[in-house]
Amino acid sequence: MANRSVWSDNRFWQRSAAWVTGVASILLIWLTFDTSAQISMGNDEDLQKGVTKRIPGPTVINYKITYEMDAKRGHEVPVIGEKEKFFGRDDYSEEEAGALLHLGKLGSQAKNCMDCHTLLGNGAYYAPDLTKAWLDPAWGPEGSMQAMTGKNTKEEAMAEFLQHPSQYPTHARMMPNLGITAEEAKGLVTFLKHMSSIDTNGFPRNFGKIQGAIHGK
Amino acid sequence: MASNHLTSESKQLATWYFTFAAIIFGAQLLFGLVAAIQYVMPGFLFEIIDFSIARILHINALVVWMVFAMFGAVYWLLPDETGIETVGIKIGKLLFWIFAAAIVVVVLVYLLVQVGPADATTIWFITEGREYIEAPRWADWGIVVVALGFVANLFLTGIKGKQTGIITVLMADMIAFAGLYLAGMFFTDNIAVDQFWWWWVIHLWVEATWEVYVGALAAYGLITMIGASRKTVEMWLWIEVAMLFGSGILGLGHHYFWIGTPEYWWEIGALFSALEPLPLVAMFVHVLYDWGKECGVEKGRGEVHQIRNKPAFAWFVMNAFGNFLGAGVWGFFHTLPQINLYTHGSQWTSSHGHLAFFGAYATILIGMMYLAVQGTNGIKLMKNTLSSILAITFITAGVVGMTVALLIAGFGQVLISRAQMGATWAAYFDGQSGMWFSQAMDWRLIMGAVTFIGFVFLIKDFLTTGKDARHER
Repeated sequence: MANRSVWSDNRFWQRSAAWVTGVASILLIWLTFDTSAQISMGNDEDLQKGVTKRIPGPTVINYKITYEMDAKRGHEVPVIGEKEKFFGRDDYSEEEAGALLHLGKLGSQAKNCMDCHTLLGNGAYYAPDLTKAWLDPAWGPEGSMQAMTGKNTKEEAMAEFLQHPSQYPTHARMMPNLGITAEEAKGLVTFLKHMSSIDTNGFPRNFGKIQGAIHGK
Repeated sequence: MASNHLTSESKQLATWYFTFAAIIFGAQLLFGLVAAIQYVMPGFLFEIIDFSIARILHINALVVWMVFAMFGAVYWLLPDETGIETVGIKIGKLLFWIFAAAIVVVVLVYLLVQVGPADATTIWFITEGREYIEAPRWADWGIVVVALGFVANLFLTGIKGKQTGIITVLMADMIAFAGLYLAGMFFTDNIAVDQFWWWWVIHLWVEATWEVYVGALAAYGLITMIGASRKTVEMWLWIEVAMLFGSGILGLGHHYFWIGTPEYWWEIGALFSALEPLPLVAMFVHVLYDWGKECGVEKGRGEVHQIRNKPAFAWFVMNAFGNFLGAGVWGFFHTLPQINLYTHGSQWTSSHGHLAFFGAYATILIGMMYLAVQGTNGIKLMKNTLSSILAITFITAGVVGMTVALLIAGFGQVLISRAQMGATWAAYFDGQSGMWFSQAMDWRLIMGAVTFIGFVFLIKDFLTTGKDARHER
């Protein structure tokens, strides 16, 4: 070929592919280091000093968590407030809270939670998203779940539901009994409360803020 | 599919992989039907095979049959590309049986044990409970060993024989494919860190390494089926690799919008994932352009244009359309964070998932199976049969029907549960009870059944077309 062009030269494209892949991979690895630092779990000292972490330490279960609009960021963020009793205590040590969270995270995998539910929006779509389940008004004093399960606190109602889900149906589609023990249920509720404190950049939007809109109010 | 027409042991091994893949494909569809029935009749198999178990089997069977067919396709094309028999074929055969046996054990445990106590033994022996890669840790290590053996065979054969562009791409791609699995093999209490690395496996497989693999298969198919020029095809392939990895690697960011990761992923994820459809357009153009070009060249020479394997080529062309529409267009729908804030974790994802896995992967792997049927039966020119036409028609209509139904369900769900009611438990069930949602789920089930009918025709065709008198031998 007399007028051989670089644009139809296989070597040129092979080298381009190698360079593009290499540069993209290096950028990804660099960003991974930055992100990993930002999503490492905080600790009890951060919580006591009011240092905001994207993923707070497990002792966040000692505090009240709310989900509020942040005007500067333009979306809702979890806000960690004053102390709040969790299964009757608000003085879990780092080790105790960490052990509960460990049990709950293991439980969330051992029971295949994310093959019906979504966690942080990932998983299956057969059951509600659990990202901010801890903040769901249904489990609060105004909601129906405490009365239904005969418990006086959110965490006890959740733990009771998790142990005997098919006794408390909320829809024709029910959660099956997964053999969750009382201790595992406590761990799972810890996991849910901790997850609700994660800064998810405003997902889900307007969580629990709109009630009855569907009915045209 | 044993036959005396195959002189290459590598190709014989490929037929084992394809046979096992076809069986698991059937299992995928059956458990998909169970899950689809449960959306319509929630009491169906309740506390026997719950939705979670049906879905684990549905999506794990999907991944497993595709990986088997991908390994099989490599063993099939290796002797053609390198000009030599595959190195380490005995180990390859042994690894096949280990892999297949491990899969059977994993499936039986999913079905019979289902869940375990919240401790490490469950993670090691029952389920890891992480979508798509639920396989327990012991099986993870088994998969790593099998994948390393496969990659070793590919590398040794590629180095010893003729190392074509297609083989070079496959070597680089398969080592990344195998290596990425390691990112999914650890436990952490931090759900954000968990999902960050989980996406390295899922995304960098299906939106990077698997797509490059499909590019290599399409290149091989064009050369073998319509006699396209290797130089042209391999040039396209390198361009596709550059575009796929250039967009797909940082496109990973579109999974990092809402899992606790920093805001900068909004911009990075949106930009690069929005570019991801471009190589799929290129691949589409590539297949159709080369087809048209070969037609023209042969016509110019006064020859009749011949496709050496019509059913396989039909599936390859379906791949060009399906990959672009399913992965490209359906993915783009909800890849921007402004939209994804509402659609994330809804039936939109499911709609995209169905069309993308089918369009990008199932199509071309079925096409490779047809190439194996042709080779096994010593056919020179393979024609369509009524069954092959019914198979591609029913399967495609079924999957497209499911995709449209799920998209409508997704619209209903997002408008009611997310936009109007704010994503709570009650909002979720209001969305699920809406008429748009529930009728769409009825249609999804019907279209799932249509897909299954197509699958039955496909298997019938695989088993009978070899003896059909209409093919030229």
